[in-house]
Amino acid sequence: MVERESPLGTAYKPGRHGNVADAAGVTLSETRPGSIVEIVAWPGTEKAALAAIKSVTGLALPDKPRAGVVKSGKAGLGFAPRRWLVIDDKEGLAAELKSAIGIETGAVNDLSHGRTVIRVAGPRAEWVLSKLFAVDFSVDAFPVSNGCSTSHHEIFAQIQRTGRNQFDVIVFRSFARAFFTTLCHAAEETGYDVA
Amino acid sequence: MRISCPYCGQRDVVEFTYQGDATVERPDPASIDQNAWNAFVYDRANPAGRHRELWQHSGGCRAHLVVERDTVNHVIHSVAFAGEKQSPKTASKRKSPSRRKAAS
Repeated sequence: MVERESPLGTAYKPGRHGNVADAAGVTLSETRPGSIVEIVAWPGTEKAALAAIKSVTGLALPDKPRAGVVKSGKAGLGFAPRRWLVIDDKEGLAAELKSAIGIETGAVNDLSHGRTVIRVAGPRAEWVLSKLFAVDFSVDAFPVSNGCSTSHHEIFAQIQRTGRNQFDVIVFRSFARAFFTTLCHAAEETGYDVA
Repeated sequence: MRISCPYCGQRDVVEFTYQGDATVERPDPASIDQNAWNAFVYDRANPAGRHRELWQHSGGCRAHLVVERDTVNHVIHSVAFAGEKQSPKTASKRKSPSRRKAAS
């Protein structure tokens, strides 16, 4: 397998940064999944599309706004009406979904090379992301596995809470380096590790 | 000002893009009535009070919304997906333009 070039480039500096007085508030990393696929259902075919996603990936996505599922090595989230994003560590998921979801059910778009997934994990993850996005990140308003789409200064971001103190931020690949740099600046105050 | 998107929940207005007056009705596409087209393109009421507007959640789920907003105090009375039928109360006041069916 050919190693994929990270769009973060020189902005990605592994190690401890920012405030080093206390333990690092967050750990930043790039998850580099093999597949990122967007599925769009037509009005009325939501159930059929969700059933197809389940049969291919095993992810039982609820038909509710922003609902998602997190399993080891894969995740799915709703981010807009009739639209879902499925992320898998293995490659080639788009082809499998395309054969399972016909044109009468919806559309499948392979975004594996078009998106970058940045993981923000740690006790101050909610706090760091709250600096960037006008979204309530408390666990009551944003439960584990839920998704959300928002933007930071015109940089569109899809966010999924993949753990109590862990968020995956999915951004356009071409904006990933700029966004990661901003995220590092936001995390400086609390100290951060780049893993 | 905050708008409660039916999908995303309450968000700041900066995530939304104003799409215009939701009360105008497009004339029959086959119509050659110049006055009707002129009115559709240019004539807008400027109400002080409740008004129906189209907004897009462009910085979020990208859905088109029909927002009933008070232009005097910015109170938002209702938000719905633009493709959906309006509530009977709203619909009886103003007929829902057919072009909005394809908007979302």
